[in-house]
Amino acid sequence: MITDKTISSLSEMLEKKEISSREICQAYLKRISDLNGRLNAYITVDPGMLMVEAGISDERRSSGKQLSRYDGIPIAVKDNISTKGVKTTCASRILSNFVPPYDAHSYEQMKSRGFLLLGKTNMDEFAMGSTTETSYFGPSKNPFNTDRVPGGSSGGSAVAVSSGMAPGALGSDTGGSIRQPAAFCGVVGIKPTYGRVSRYGLVAYASSLDQIGAFATTVGDAAVLLSTISGHDVRDTTSIDREVDFRPGDLSGDVSGVRIGVPEEYFEGVSEEIAAVIKNKISLLEKSGAVVEKISLKYTEYAIPVYYLIATAEASSNLARYDGVRYGLRPEGINNLSDLYLKSRSEGFGREVKRRIILGTFSLSSGYYDAYYMKALKGRTLIIRDFQDAFSKVDAIISPVTTTTAFKIGEMISDPLQMYMSDILTISTNLAGIPGISVPVGVDGKGMPIGLQIMGDHFREKTILSLAANVEKTCEKIKPEI
Amino acid sequence: MKLDEKLISRVANLARLELTDEEKQEFTKQLSDIIEYVEKINEMPTGDVIPADHIVDLKNVFREDRASASLDRSEIEKIAPKFEMGHIVVPRIIESIE
Repeated sequence: MITDKTISSLSEMLEKKEISSREICQAYLKRISDLNGRLNAYITVDPGMLMVEAGISDERRSSGKQLSRYDGIPIAVKDNISTKGVKTTCASRILSNFVPPYDAHSYEQMKSRGFLLLGKTNMDEFAMGSTTETSYFGPSKNPFNTDRVPGGSSGGSAVAVSSGMAPGALGSDTGGSIRQPAAFCGVVGIKPTYGRVSRYGLVAYASSLDQIGAFATTVGDAAVLLSTISGHDVRDTTSIDREVDFRPGDLSGDVSGVRIGVPEEYFEGVSEEIAAVIKNKISLLEKSGAVVEKISLKYTEYAIPVYYLIATAEASSNLARYDGVRYGLRPEGINNLSDLYLKSRSEGFGREVKRRIILGTFSLSSGYYDAYYMKALKGRTLIIRDFQDAFSKVDAIISPVTTTTAFKIGEMISDPLQMYMSDILTISTNLAGIPGISVPVGVDGKGMPIGLQIMGDHFREKTILSLAANVEKTCEKIKPEI
Repeated sequence: MKLDEKLISRVANLARLELTDEEKQEFTKQLSDIIEYVEKINEMPTGDVIPADHIVDLKNVFREDRASASLDRSEIEKIAPKFEMGHIVVPRIIESIE
């Protein structure tokens, strides 16, 4: 089946003229029309536009002018990444009809290599959530069990790739929003070093933590997508000019002599089944020649308070732009400016977004700033130092991605604090700005996927991808029966 | 600290959010729990620690001060909620004296 193929094999078939972009796109559109009603992975799909683009790609290829070997492969894009002329809603009512007038840098990069836009994927509203349940367009469903959440916030992208509705996808990760849904849905998800990918055109949630990354079914494909979107961009002043040294050909999977740290704090409160699978994979890496040692990341338990203070403070400031004036929702019948702000925002934002804006406004407000926000920034320094110490001893850190496998839809939605605490194993990497990857390594007794997380020092994507490629070789492919 | 409904309403107003009574009740309870939980950061030894502004070593980024084209008005017209004669329209901002 075409929709079972990897990006790399689709590219090979296109290069050998065994298949056309039109045929590939038709197969995915068929899969989407069969499954999206049940899984709700996509918010927007435009089949007409896609088939036109596919035809143009086929013409480019037949005249030998393909933009890259991937020209004509369609990719899903999270709905907080701006796509010129295609609705970008952030899964929020306030942007539910917003059509951006420009492309995000990451999407421009994809287009410049001939990748096509398959559709825009569902997410938690403004990327605030861990399940996609806060989406204005309703939750996405986990393809392994539709009563369970796919994770979030990039849940739609994870579901699309897991269920064969896309060969790969872009997502964004502020506190685990790529790695956690990748783990819950049994696919590979990578969040790069902060600054590796330009945030230009990514709708901002928490600017010092947000990073765009990729989902794929294999480590090699994830490397293809991430290397495509990486690179310097003057329009994001935090974007960093670094060599991209992790294309699939650069990943040997050779781990001999690689020093792996295993932080004990990352196994506290983790289900026994998950801990056993991860420890087994670590021992296999040791057999392949890696050197494994126990390490301590002693501030791990403070990551959640530090993260939720910083992220919500930044969000409250970033989301001030939604005021009903220049774009987005403006309710009817308003006749003064302060009502315009109040009504547009109160009717446009959902509950989780309001909750986070209020929390962030509180910690930034006069009288509370030093005790909460400033204290959290100092705590962040301690967490960064924790990782600096660790990376002076080891090349990579391995842990589970989540403490449990995917939970039931509705299980945590009424208890935000419990939901926040479920992010414990993924948020520290965002606070430290380091890269992290989630690799599917098995399923639990209920058949739900388990993810293994590999974290590396700044700009060491190559190290974590190589380790991931090695781990991948020891795993059976996980596929949902859907 | 426990937050009360009055404080939640005041902070919501700072953020230009109007809460329903139900939202006020719900948020007061939930945000109190969250604030009490995040106060855990007080256990961290942050005495003389420098706050983290940036993660990766960043320097000021400058560019040439050169004029260049920005979004065309026709593009802005497409996304503005109300647009007339080349301008975005908002409700009256100066109260009239009656």
